[in-house]
Amino acid sequence: MNPIISVRDLTKTYDLGEMQVQALRGVSLDVAPGEFVALTGPSGSGKSTFMHLLGCLDRPTAGRYFLNGNDVSTLSARDLAHVRNTQIGFVFQGFNLLSRTSAVENVELPLLYAGKTAAADRRQRATEALKAVGLGDRLGHHPNQLSGGQQQRVAIARALVNNPTLLLADEPTGNLDTKTSVEVMGIFQRLNIERGITIVLVTHEADIAEYGTRVITFRDGLVRDDSAIERRRIA
Amino acid sequence: MSFLMTFVVAVKALRRNAMRTALTALGMIIGVAAVIVMVAIGTGASASIQNQIQSAGSNIVMVTAGSGGFGPVRQGQGAVTTLTAEDADAIRREVPGVRYISPGLNTRTQVVAAAGNWNTQIQGASAELAAIRSWPAQFGTFFSDEDVTAARKVAVLGSVVRDQLFGAGADPTGEIVRIKNQPFQVIGVLASKGQAAMGQDQDDTVIVPFTTVQKKLMGVQHVTNITVSAENGVPLDGLTQQIAALLRTRHKLQPGADDDFLVRTLEEMASVLTSTTSTMTYLLAGIAAVSLIVGGIGIMNIMLVSVTERTREIGLRLAVGARDVDVLLQFLVESIVLSLAGGAIGIALGFGISYGVQRVMQWSAMVTPSAVAMSFGVAAAIGVFFGFYPARKAARLNPIDALRYE
Repeated sequence: MNPIISVRDLTKTYDLGEMQVQALRGVSLDVAPGEFVALTGPSGSGKSTFMHLLGCLDRPTAGRYFLNGNDVSTLSARDLAHVRNTQIGFVFQGFNLLSRTSAVENVELPLLYAGKTAAADRRQRATEALKAVGLGDRLGHHPNQLSGGQQQRVAIARALVNNPTLLLADEPTGNLDTKTSVEVMGIFQRLNIERGITIVLVTHEADIAEYGTRVITFRDGLVRDDSAIERRRIA
Repeated sequence: MSFLMTFVVAVKALRRNAMRTALTALGMIIGVAAVIVMVAIGTGASASIQNQIQSAGSNIVMVTAGSGGFGPVRQGQGAVTTLTAEDADAIRREVPGVRYISPGLNTRTQVVAAAGNWNTQIQGASAELAAIRSWPAQFGTFFSDEDVTAARKVAVLGSVVRDQLFGAGADPTGEIVRIKNQPFQVIGVLASKGQAAMGQDQDDTVIVPFTTVQKKLMGVQHVTNITVSAENGVPLDGLTQQIAALLRTRHKLQPGADDDFLVRTLEEMASVLTSTTSTMTYLLAGIAAVSLIVGGIGIMNIMLVSVTERTREIGLRLAVGARDVDVLLQFLVESIVLSLAGGAIGIALGFGISYGVQRVMQWSAMVTPSAVAMSFGVAAAIGVFFGFYPARKAARLNPIDALRYE
C-alpha cells in the first residue's frame, strides 16, 4: 500500500537573527493509511515542528514531503491552504473554537473555505459530523456552554467535516482531565478503527500514546525510536 | 470563500462586539452627519440667495450713475448728474426688448405721521416699479403714470414704515404723512417682501413718484439709477451692451473716455454673493471632513485591536484552509461594513439635523443628492484606506505563530 505520508531527509532551521536553531536535522519515515501514530519526545525535540510540517502549516528548509503521493514541500502558500482545507483535519490543545459562535457554525468553518457548498448542505454535513462525535443534541450551544471535553469533540467534528484523509492532533488531551481524555481518545480510536482515518497525534503522555498503533519518539531534531505498540489500549 | 459569505462573516464578527462596533461607527456617524449638515446649510443659503434674486426679478438690468469728477479728484458713485429721466425714455424708445423701466432717485429722511415718526429711505420711482419687482399692494394701490407726470405728493408705504407710523397691520390709506415738512397722501401699503439678498430690509421704505423727489424734495434734474426689466427670453448681455452704447452716445462720451454710468444685471451681483457663500460652505465642509478622518483613524485603531485580539482565530482560519486573501478580505470587508454603516446612519442623522435646523432656526438647509453620494463614497474610501493596513497585517500572519499566540 502506498504510504499516505512519506518524508525524506526533512530538515527545518529557524533563523533567529544571530542564532540558527535546527529544529529538525533530517527525518525520514513513512506512515501507511490507517495507522494511528503518536509523536512523543521532550520539549524542543522537534515533534511539534514535524507536526506543523506534516500539517502544511510550514515548509521544510530542505527535504521532501509527499502527502498522498504528491510533493507538497515546494507548494506556494495558497496551494498549501488548499491542501490543509481538503486533505487535513486539525485538532489543537486549546480547542480554538470561535467564541460566541454555535457549535454547528464552528464545525461549518472549513466548508466556508472549501468553495461551492450550499448553506443547507454545509449545515447538514456539520450536523452529521457533530452526531459522529456524540454531540447531535448540542448543535446550537456556544463554546462557553460546553465542557472542555465537549469543546474538544466540537473541534474533532470540525476537523472531520471535510472528510480529510489525515487527522492531526496537537496535544488534544493536554487541557482535559483523565476521564475526558479517555473519552476523547475513544473518539479518535473509533474514527481510526471504524472509518480507517489516519491519525498523527502529538503527546508527551505515555499512556495517551498507547491508544495508537505506533509511537515515534523525537530527540534533538531526530527520530530516536520508532516502534509499534504491542498492547494497544482500548478506550 | 464567496463574497456573500465574507460579508456574512464580517457582519457576524461585528455583531459579536456590538458595543465596540457602535462606538467605532459613532466616529463615522458624526463625521458624515457634520459634512451633510454643513453642505446642506451652505447649499440652502446659496439657494435662498438665488430665490431672492428670482423674486427681485431675474431679468433686471440696473443702470446706476457712475463716479464722476475731474482731474485728480474722484467723487463717489452716483455723484455725476448726467443720468436723467430722458435717458430712461430713450432706452425705452430705442432698445428693443425692454418691458418695464423705472428711473429712480433716493433720499433718506424723517417721515412724520400723527402718531409717530421714522427715519427711512424715500425711493423715487416710476409707476412701473411695482411691475418690475412684482410687488403687490396689501392695501390701496401703487401710484399711476399720471401721478408721476404731475409730480403729485402721493406715497406708497413699505410694511415696516406702516408698522412704525400707524401700528402693525393698520390700513393707513388716505392718511397724510409729512416728508420734509410737506404733506403726502398715503395711497397704498405694499405687501411684505422681507430682507433682500444683500441684507437690507426691503419693507423699510417709502415709494413716491421720482418726479416728486426731483422737484419737491431734492430740487434736482437728474436721477441716480434706472431699473430696466427685459422681456422674457431677451438675452441680458445684449441688452446691457445696447443700453451702454446708447447712453455713451447720449452723454456724448468720446471714444476711450470712461463711462459715467454702470450697467449691471442683478445676476452679476448675485453671483458675487453666491461665490462668497460657497467659499464659506467649502470651509465648513472642510472642517467637518476633519472629523471624518478622525473617525477613520478610530476605525483603523479598532481594527488593529481586533486583529491582535483575534490572532488565534486568524491562525485557526488559516489552519482550516483560509488563504491569505480570504483573511485580508474578511478584515477589509469588516472595516468597510463598519464605515458604510456609520456613513448610512450619519446620512440619516444629517437629514434629521438639517430638517431640525430648517424648522427651529428658520435657515434654509438643502441636503443634495451629490452631498449624500459624496459622503457615502468618502465613507467607503475611508473604510478601505484605514482598513487595509490592519487587514494586511492579519493576512500576513504566520499560521503557527498565530495559533500559538497568547
